[in-house]
Amino acid sequence: MSLVFDVALAAGLVALALHVVLTRDGKGAIIAFIGFGLLLGIGWARLASVDVALTEAAIGGGLTGMLLLRTQAHLAGRGVRPAQTGHPSWRLAAAGCTIVTLGLGYVVLAFPSPAPSLAREVAGSLDATGLGNPVTAVLLAFRAIDTLLEKIVIILALIGVWSLASDPNWGGSSHLRPASVPEPLVFLARMLPPFGVVIAVYQVWVGADLPGGTFQAGTILAAMWLLVMLAGLRPAPETRAAGLRMMLAAGPALFLLIGFLGFLIAGGFLAYPEAVAKPLIVAIEVALTLSVAATLGLLVAGPPDKEPAR
Amino acid sequence: MISLADSFTLAFVAAGALLFLAGTLGLLRFPDTLSRLHALSKADNLGLGLIVIGLLPQTQTIAGGVKLVCIWLLAQLSAATASQLIAGIAARRQPDA
Amino acid sequence: MSALALTSASLFGLCGAALVGIGLFCILTHPELLRRLVGFNILGAGIFLVFGAVARRGAALGFGGDPVPQAMVITGIVVAFAATALAAALLRRLFDLTGRASLETGQAELRPRSEP
Repeated sequence: MSLVFDVALAAGLVALALHVVLTRDGKGAIIAFIGFGLLLGIGWARLASVDVALTEAAIGGGLTGMLLLRTQAHLAGRGVRPAQTGHPSWRLAAAGCTIVTLGLGYVVLAFPSPAPSLAREVAGSLDATGLGNPVTAVLLAFRAIDTLLEKIVIILALIGVWSLASDPNWGGSSHLRPASVPEPLVFLARMLPPFGVVIAVYQVWVGADLPGGTFQAGTILAAMWLLVMLAGLRPAPETRAAGLRMMLAAGPALFLLIGFLGFLIAGGFLAYPEAVAKPLIVAIEVALTLSVAATLGLLVAGPPDKEPAR
Repeated sequence: MISLADSFTLAFVAAGALLFLAGTLGLLRFPDTLSRLHALSKADNLGLGLIVIGLLPQTQTIAGGVKLVCIWLLAQLSAATASQLIAGIAARRQPDA
Repeated sequence: MSALALTSASLFGLCGAALVGIGLFCILTHPELLRRLVGFNILGAGIFLVFGAVARRGAALGFGGDPVPQAMVITGIVVAFAATALAAALLRRLFDLTGRASLETGQAELRPRSEP
């Protein structure tokens, strides 16, 4: 019975993806992609990966969708002409993509049985970290180097986005507020953020033992911040502000510092002494959450397009 | 034999799912933006509310139940705001509607 | 190859394979760059789903799935978002400078590829 639901879900995903590729309506394609992200979140929940489901729904559906819609509005607002359709070699491309899909499908069906798994190793070492959520343990203890590098990658991406501003706007702020803000949006921007902040704090805290964690909480905070900026209640910050840049760097900096301290007290980079592993991990999570929230929010806001105030 | 709590859940979740079906039909079949919005928000508010009420007897802890109700309230808030925003744009595009 | 007993893990793995093909097709053929960016995200979602199938099959010891691929997917989703944001900013800049939202495909770009 539950397989029927899964088949319907998978069919819906493929149908939405095809719609995104084939429709002529640019905005419709992006809205279909947002629906695709939310449906995919349910799919991840069906795969018993609730942490991934939360991340996918928040980032894959929500934040990416908002980013794409903003870009689409920017392009459409100045009357971009629809590009010529009918690519000359689409048959060739379709044949190639079908081969890729069939090959990948064969690999999926030919997975070795019994499946290789690191679940045993994770379970065996979980007690040493003091955590209850194995995914958080992998992200912040066993493979912490991945997470550290990822933080640096998203900050590099932000620097790349900022450097696409035109010269006079360097260090300025992004313009998010629309020309006229509808009243219900202002109402939502006043009502929702307090709840959002509580939910984000809860997500960080519960992430140690249950599904949740820094990325999900950071995304929720970023969404609340963007909502406030969109409604015009607070302006977007100037990207040259020292406080903002400190906040962006604080999370990775603390992570690196604890990583190097590991040489002194636990005999290796990013090694935690067992007695204080959990407090250290929670401290890193809190600092990272704020950095992630600021970075993701500014990535959606895009390159600065207003000159800094003199 | 189905217990009382389970049959309560079944009845309410089925009613909620039926409302979602009706709302989806309305979204697909109704002629103009405002009546489609009406169908959609009715499904959102009542359908999700019925499903949440139906799931309440299945929660193990009181905190779990409170979280379910919070989800419903947050969905209400966002659905109401989104409906208002869409209706505002629709009204601006065709002032007679 | 194991028997065709379709579990939900392999079902979503196959769905991921299909999404990879659809996303790749979009990237290769769609004239608008923004739509190619959406296709890039669909391709990424497909790859993550194949990972998800691997994770689900690795369920053991009371875990719903192997936590290592799950953590890699979370990292991947965030990095894919950062790449999308950078690409969107590049596209906006291209549009502001040239007024075009697509690369001049058709002749100019295809010739060098089809003539080895």
